[in-house]
Amino acid sequence: MSDLMTVGTGAAAAYIVAALLFILALAGLSHHESAKAGKTFGVGGMAVALTATIVLAIDHGISGAGLALMIGAVAVGAAIGLWRARVVEMTGMPELIALLHSFVGLAAVLVGWNGYLHVEAALDGPGSAEAAALRAQDLLGIHSAEVFIGVFIGAVTFTGSVVAFLKLSARIRSAPLMLPGKNQLNLAALGAFAVLTTWFVIDPALWLLVAVTIVALALGWHLVASIGGGDMPVVVSMLNSYSGWAAAASGFLLENDLLIITGALVGSSGAYLSSVMCKAMNRSFISVIAGGFGIEAGPADDRDYGEHREITAEGVAELLGTADSVIITPGYGMAVAQAQYGVAELTRKLRDRGVKVRFGIHPVAGRLPGHMNVLLAEAKVPYDIVLEMDEVNDDFDGTSVVLVIGANDTVNPAAAEDPGSPIAGMPVLQVWNAENVIVFKRSMASGYAGVQNPLFYRDNSAMLFGDAKERVDDILRVL
Amino acid sequence: MLIGIVSEARRGETRVAATPATVVQLVKLGYEVVVEPGAGALSSFPDEAYTGAGARLGDPLAADVVLGVNALSTEQLDGLKPGATVVGVMSPAFDPALVEDLARRPITALAMDAVPRISRAQSLDVLSSMANIAGYRAVVEAAHAFGRFFTGQVTAAGKVPPAKVLVCGAGVAGLAAIGAAGSLGAVVYATDPRPEVADQVRSLGGEYLSVEVEDAGEVEVSATGYAKEMSQDYNARAAQLYTDRITEMDIVITTALIPGRPAPTLITAEMVASMRSGSVIVDLAAANGGNVEGTVRDRAVVTDNGVTIIGYTDLPGRLPAQASQLYGTNLVNLMKLMTPAKDGRLVLDFDDVVQRSMTVVRDGESTWPPPPVQVSAAPAAAPASVSPGAKPAGSPSAPPVSTRRRFAAVGVGAITLFLLAALSPPALLGHLTVFALAIVIGYYVIGQVHHALHTPLMSVTNAISGIIVVGALMQIGHGEAPNGRAVTALATLAILLASVNIFGGFAVTRRMLSMFSRS
Repeated sequence: MSDLMTVGTGAAAAYIVAALLFILALAGLSHHESAKAGKTFGVGGMAVALTATIVLAIDHGISGAGLALMIGAVAVGAAIGLWRARVVEMTGMPELIALLHSFVGLAAVLVGWNGYLHVEAALDGPGSAEAAALRAQDLLGIHSAEVFIGVFIGAVTFTGSVVAFLKLSARIRSAPLMLPGKNQLNLAALGAFAVLTTWFVIDPALWLLVAVTIVALALGWHLVASIGGGDMPVVVSMLNSYSGWAAAASGFLLENDLLIITGALVGSSGAYLSSVMCKAMNRSFISVIAGGFGIEAGPADDRDYGEHREITAEGVAELLGTADSVIITPGYGMAVAQAQYGVAELTRKLRDRGVKVRFGIHPVAGRLPGHMNVLLAEAKVPYDIVLEMDEVNDDFDGTSVVLVIGANDTVNPAAAEDPGSPIAGMPVLQVWNAENVIVFKRSMASGYAGVQNPLFYRDNSAMLFGDAKERVDDILRVL
Repeated sequence: MLIGIVSEARRGETRVAATPATVVQLVKLGYEVVVEPGAGALSSFPDEAYTGAGARLGDPLAADVVLGVNALSTEQLDGLKPGATVVGVMSPAFDPALVEDLARRPITALAMDAVPRISRAQSLDVLSSMANIAGYRAVVEAAHAFGRFFTGQVTAAGKVPPAKVLVCGAGVAGLAAIGAAGSLGAVVYATDPRPEVADQVRSLGGEYLSVEVEDAGEVEVSATGYAKEMSQDYNARAAQLYTDRITEMDIVITTALIPGRPAPTLITAEMVASMRSGSVIVDLAAANGGNVEGTVRDRAVVTDNGVTIIGYTDLPGRLPAQASQLYGTNLVNLMKLMTPAKDGRLVLDFDDVVQRSMTVVRDGESTWPPPPVQVSAAPAAAPASVSPGAKPAGSPSAPPVSTRRRFAAVGVGAITLFLLAALSPPALLGHLTVFALAIVIGYYVIGQVHHALHTPLMSVTNAISGIIVVGALMQIGHGEAPNGRAVTALATLAILLASVNIFGGFAVTRRMLSMFSRS
């Protein structure tokens, strides 16, 4: 190293480069064409950052055992990560994402605890140069607060993501947990956090850190447990955001700008996705957090919607045979039934016959933002015929057949036409404007919002009951 | 059941309630159709065309369902059989005598012009379909009376400037007029109290002239979807706009109509006097008193300064074949609605707001007026028409976020941030700056992400948030430091977890991105 460049400044420079590469990685995702390059930028940024940090750690005099542990931990982590990434089903993406969020949360908790052990816990002992320096600069209080904030956000993210993972993988019931006074409980936890933080800044004792960790773990658990399965796109993106803020809080604690920048990028990414999801459900973020659908919806109405019409797979095949344009609007039901391959096959057959086939994706379809797109991509549906709600909504008028596969609330005309409906004002796919609407459904049960769907009773609608995958296969056989 | 198509009794009526094409559709619904001989003559549909389409000729008054364009005359009503259903444009709100007369008879009467303005009923909305024709025909009438080209030309005999057309009110009629005038080559301007129609005006090639109003509440949602009267402030500013721009216009087409009220005066006598000789004004609101001072109902008049003011109220009837076709299709859609089993049996469903609203008399009992219907809450779901040439003042739309509130929010945020930063020690300030700027960058970068790539976005952010490993890497392996062993143990676990994220996140992203393919 020359006099001009020390290991410290070199590492700082590498961090700036890494931060910019991360921004390029996210920017790359704005188009399909540039997405792969973006991912490469991200990997590059990570490599730069890790190399710089390891060099810095060696320069700081890491012990040989420490280095061995570090390499061992990275190797094991990498092996687990690569293995999970290779075997995960695309329908299982929401679970994987939730699990990865929980890891960031737990790591943030551990880093925060280490910050405490390294500084606050060593105040009276000998040899903590960092503690002495902080005290001299009068920054000890700030450090203590940062430890607390990092641990708190990290712990909320951790248990919240674990619950989300359990709900998404159906290991626990996805219905919202309804504790009495649940909003007061959440507010009380926040209040306790504020009080404990103030106390800790004045007197950094270990039991306070334990207490705040427990409070935060409980809050994260309760927060997500009381949100129902259909709101999971919002929850997962919210946790994405939290995991970012947890990383940013660790960045403040460690005075590391790379962590702060990355955390802020991830945090605003998650926040943006949450707001997209909320807008797509015409609900405020607070109302999603404060309670699930169906709770304020009041008693189920027993209005008479008339009779629905049933159709057979043969009938659908016949209809498709004469159609010149088809729009398919999938929902979570398609993922549950694993019908995406059959749907893709159907798409190919129809396109070979010269039928114009497109997909209309509602922003909250599935359990993860963009979930439907990934499922369809996996089944080799070309992405340029998979369109967003706003791109396709004006085209239903003039479409011969719409296939609604496993979607309900996102195609409910009540949202557009009945101001008294609990989902009034929610933007929906206006499938009813098409000539024929075929609804694939297991039964006449209402959707997640608990709202009856007048679409099923329209003159131009017909119901095809049964498992979506089997029904699609039936249609394929006839075609 | 038997559907009868009458020959219109009203003088000057050229339209007919069914065309050969709509007869085919009625037959498909399971009905028999009988057409009065000569019913379609004025719309250029000869009797043979009807018989060719599956109808027979005969006395329509003997039918179970009698379709007409206008309300039936007293003689026609007398000839109906008991229990018959009559359908037509009846203006029940303005003609109480007719409602009384209908209610004295053992019949059911449906008024096509009483269809509620909800999106489901758009296909029955005769007011929309007739407004469309009126708007088109207004341009044709204007072109007929105008002594020049509409389009600009450069010829050997000199340069011809394009005509300038002002359309007041961009409802269905206004938009049709904008489209028709534009395709003749004119330069078209349009005004409307609803700023959101600006895009529709532009899409048809017109230029939207906005009336600047300070009070944003002026443009509020109207509960019925009908036009409403505007405030004095708005009217004063609109008058100023017309005064300023009207002198350069060759053609003015006004379409402002508020149902049940006299039409608002948009163009005063002074404005007309300021126009060039040879200019033409077509007033589509002439039936309700006119938007222009000097309009004479059903006539074209020429003012002292040579401006022609056309006040025809039968514009749809001047395109009889087209008007009959659209009106006939409206009727077919009504029959579809009322024939749920497609078996040729008419069923009146009073639980359906559309059918309830249209019903003036049911089995000899007056059911007028119907309960009010709220138009749908969906943005832009309502059609943009009320009566021929009407200008609805407020299709439902999301209320704009008031600028004041936004300023307040930004202000509060700025003050909070300022206090936070001012109270933090200098060492923290640099980090806070980086943090704030990174959030802003994140917001804009993420806003650009393609909607289909939201899942890969989450897995990439999963991967890069594994950067928290940097913290643990710096903490591990300092056994001599205080609590060194405990720190190392925790750090090892943190490194392991974060590594799962980094490698797993990037790997799964790569897997997903490789699946996306173009056709």
